[in-house]
Amino acid sequence: MMSSLAVDVPYWGQSLLRVLGGLVAVLLPAGTIVYLFLFKMMSFMQSRLGPMEAGPYGSMQLLAEVGKWLQKEDLAPEHADVRIFRMAPLIVLVSTFLLVVIIPFGPDAYFTNFETGIFFGLAVSSISVLGILIAGWASANKYSLLGGLRAAGQLIAYELPLVLATLGVVIQAGTMNLQGIVVAQNTGEMFGFEWLGNPFIFTQFLGFVIFMIAVQAELTQPPFDMPIAESELVSGYMTEYSGFRFLIFFIAEFATAGVFALIASVLFLGGWGVPFEWFGWDNIDDVANWMNLAGPLIMFTKMLVLTFIIMWVRFSYPRFREDQLQTFAWKVLIPLALFNTAITAILKVAI
Amino acid sequence: MKIPGLIKGLGVTLGTMADTVTKGAATVQYPHEKETPPIRSRGVIALHEGNCTACMLCARSCPDWCIYIEGHKQLAPPRRAGGKPRQVNHLDRFDIDYALCMYCGICVEVCPFDALFWSPEYEYSEPRIADLLHDKNKLGEWMQTVPEAPELEVGAQKK
Repeated sequence: MMSSLAVDVPYWGQSLLRVLGGLVAVLLPAGTIVYLFLFKMMSFMQSRLGPMEAGPYGSMQLLAEVGKWLQKEDLAPEHADVRIFRMAPLIVLVSTFLLVVIIPFGPDAYFTNFETGIFFGLAVSSISVLGILIAGWASANKYSLLGGLRAAGQLIAYELPLVLATLGVVIQAGTMNLQGIVVAQNTGEMFGFEWLGNPFIFTQFLGFVIFMIAVQAELTQPPFDMPIAESELVSGYMTEYSGFRFLIFFIAEFATAGVFALIASVLFLGGWGVPFEWFGWDNIDDVANWMNLAGPLIMFTKMLVLTFIIMWVRFSYPRFREDQLQTFAWKVLIPLALFNTAITAILKVAI
Repeated sequence: MKIPGLIKGLGVTLGTMADTVTKGAATVQYPHEKETPPIRSRGVIALHEGNCTACMLCARSCPDWCIYIEGHKQLAPPRRAGGKPRQVNHLDRFDIDYALCMYCGICVEVCPFDALFWSPEYEYSEPRIADLLHDKNKLGEWMQTVPEAPELEVGAQKK
């Protein structure tokens, strides 16, 4: 990460910078998504203006909300298992922070460059299931328990299509390294036509659709919000949480939306890169240093586009019934994803 | 035919968003601009004190028991010269607790002497809940805001 800077940063400095970078990479998308989409776009789609009082066009509303939550009492139910009850939101948030670690934002701007980055990402994304299950169980509340169990069932069911949809990309790129996937897309060509590179959204469109649907379910966003169904389960596993612990769940939900959108843009939209053909680069070592600054902006834009789609679907569709939700995962998405993987593998070998 | 419906739904929300951005929202920004409530909306109940005979019908019919009436009997001067002084009910207290009131309007309906009226005023929230108890002076002030009764329909006149 530091090699592009002229100065030699000591290890503790690098760690500090990484922590700050991680905070920015998690909180900035979360804040943007909440203000831009949850507050404003949702309001516009319902023909109202949304928050307008706090700051210009209500842009400081989020700060007001955070301030409100921080002031609230940190409650725990009498019969709850208090220690793990308090731990649960942090576990959910940790999975978000572990996820953001693998995302490359530029040729040198990454936190870590795992050889099997996407494998790690899919593994740590399941940690949030544990946090949610713990939250549901430790609340000592039947609604929370039902919500937690529903969430666990749903998240496990939709993890599979998520992994299988990713598999197509991995087969096509020939690597699990996210930098490798970015390079593969930007140096690739479609039918000998190099100008656009080869973003996998074209060749893996089915995979992209399955990935986005699975992400929607992983985030427990409508139409897959059975676990937090506020009208029947009173927000499910979040029922008993108040104050900053609820805030952490809230941040984790939208930060994870941002992070998954970042991962999707790496996997399917070409990540931080522009087609290397444009500037005559051949491989990742050729890429100019200014891409370390432009890359994060490109990623942010792509993240906004993808979260726009996620939120658009969220605000438009009613909720699935529990059995429909499971049927959709097991009988539609997984067979489709398997089919996609098989076709990709066959084409990869054949061509 | 599920798919077209799904796409159509996305179109509806996107269209509404475009309409809101270009033509403005269907809602108004309340404290800055206000909508005039319909003339017969149930905002607050006004008391015409002169018509009240402290008969207690409203207090007894109130489902929330939010009307408090106290009165005493007193002698009023006779209607005609040389007549006997009349005994009338004098209203000492007439309170409506709007913290309890559920705006059902039964008291207005039941009043036999046209002492209670609906007014469309709605901005009387208070920081302290006790201040929502409006006494007869305050209820009398609301009479200013009671709109004129609409014309009776043809054939509805008293015979």
